[in-house]
Amino acid sequence: MSGALVFAWSGVLLFGLGLFGFIAHRHLLRRLLAFNIMGSGSFLVLVGLAQDGRGVDPVPHAMVITGIVVAVASTALALVVFRRWYRASGRTDLPEDT
Amino acid sequence: MIGLWSVPLLFALPLALGILSLLVTPAWRPRLIFVGLPLLTLASVDVLARLVLEGPRIYELGGWEAPLGINLVVDGLAVGMILMTTLVASLCALYARVYLRDYPASSSFFWPLLWLLWAGMNGIWLAEDIFNLYVGLEVMGLAAVGMVALRATPQALAAAMRYLLAALLGSLAYLLGVALLYATYGTLSMAGLQEAAAPNATTHVALALIILGLLLKTALFPLHAWLPPAHGGALTPVSALLSALVIKGSFYILMRIWLVLGPEVTPIFTAQLLGVLGAGAVFYGGWMAWRQHHLKQLVAYSTVAQIGYLFLFFPLVTGTGPEAARLAWDGTLMMLVAHALAKAALFLSAGNLILAVGSTQISHLVGISRFRPMSLFSFGLAGVSLMGLPPSGGFTGKWLLLHSAILSDQWWWLIVLFLGGLLSAAYIFKVFRMSFREGPQIDRSITPPLTLDVTALILASASILIGLTAHLPLFWLRLGSAFGAG
Repeated sequence: MSGALVFAWSGVLLFGLGLFGFIAHRHLLRRLLAFNIMGSGSFLVLVGLAQDGRGVDPVPHAMVITGIVVAVASTALALVVFRRWYRASGRTDLPEDT
Repeated sequence: MIGLWSVPLLFALPLALGILSLLVTPAWRPRLIFVGLPLLTLASVDVLARLVLEGPRIYELGGWEAPLGINLVVDGLAVGMILMTTLVASLCALYARVYLRDYPASSSFFWPLLWLLWAGMNGIWLAEDIFNLYVGLEVMGLAAVGMVALRATPQALAAAMRYLLAALLGSLAYLLGVALLYATYGTLSMAGLQEAAAPNATTHVALALIILGLLLKTALFPLHAWLPPAHGGALTPVSALLSALVIKGSFYILMRIWLVLGPEVTPIFTAQLLGVLGAGAVFYGGWMAWRQHHLKQLVAYSTVAQIGYLFLFFPLVTGTGPEAARLAWDGTLMMLVAHALAKAALFLSAGNLILAVGSTQISHLVGISRFRPMSLFSFGLAGVSLMGLPPSGGFTGKWLLLHSAILSDQWWWLIVLFLGGLLSAAYIFKVFRMSFREGPQIDRSITPPLTLDVTALILASASILIGLTAHLPLFWLRLGSAFGAG
């Protein structure tokens, strides 16, 4: 297994781990952390796979930087909504589906 | 040289106005629409005129070539979506300017979010590569979540949170799919992918991830659970924008990617499966809409049902003859545009009815037909299009889909079209039955401002008119697509 594939497979592993956390947990902060782990996993796949045999490729780096910005913005928005929700309802999870 | 500027203006202007509206005082924020709406309308019409006169083209942003620069695709489909967005969002903005006077706290943040939403949507319609589609999807999605949360009640916050979690999961699945596609083919552009696409394991996994992510964002049954609380519980102009336009964003991406990769790469049962899920959405959404007691929840479940029709596109366009595929393309786009117009009208007029009776319950509409006929008329006109009665856009769309299904020998989709229409009739008439029941003889309803009624009526009339003049928009939409201009 080449070095690049090690990165890619770790990325897939992280993505799966994050997905499991995202679905299994009910606490919104834990789900948010899980989302960030999933995000890091997909960035690792992006950078890792693109290095495979094609030399240095700047495009995935540009994509990952954009992706990180998006992830930070999403996380910030989620934290704001979560804080307001916690203050309004006193709960750290979402009510069950009606 | 306005032609060169109108394309980037379509997303640069809303973005600039979004930032500007955060800098000015809340009282000035609604007034920016008097700058933004005329300019965006002008730019949209200019883009259409150039499409008709000069044909479809690829626009290189800033003169940089891909992959360093960003390519924008200006074909019939993109321009059609831009015009639809301009019409619906402008009318929703005019409605919101009056409607939000009762919600000063929400109003100050509605305007920046509206512009960001608009920028995201126009970014999606124009993007030529799968990564810029992702960026557009995120800009649009985050603005939409913010809009759902505007009301700041516990229900609205829970709905926003649920929507955000679904949207985040969907976009990460999409992003991982993009990563795999880039690793396999070394290109992000649609045209490049179409040339290179081959059926192999990586492409299958990538496409599965992309489709799943987009289904979650489009709220296709059974992944629809986040939609009714988010759309039904938001402020009325927000509900209209989300149901009419935002869900179309992810569907549009799915449609484009499918046409590029789908037929060559995917096994035939994927298309049938998407159709079956669509059928499930039509039945389940229609049934749930009929069971609602809350007027806006009924309209929101109707969106769940109407999304289902759009997914009949996939079985009808994959592996069928060119004529059936062309009819499926025409029919789906007609359904999409008609639904955008009708659903915006339905939400806005439902908002007017709720304002008039001061209650969200359908049972409280008793006797309203006597006092607020205009609001009810808009609701009815939009309902005609949703039920698919002639001569509305909904009828034309269903008629084209029906022809496509007959031509490709897939009679089972006829049942979906027919029963779906009956179910829509059931839930629309549920509202009418209450409204025409004789109630109190004295007018105790509140008269909504005229702007609210007029904007709803224009949208409802447009959903009928598009059916009467379907030929021309369908011709424009076909420009630059694989289905020719014949």
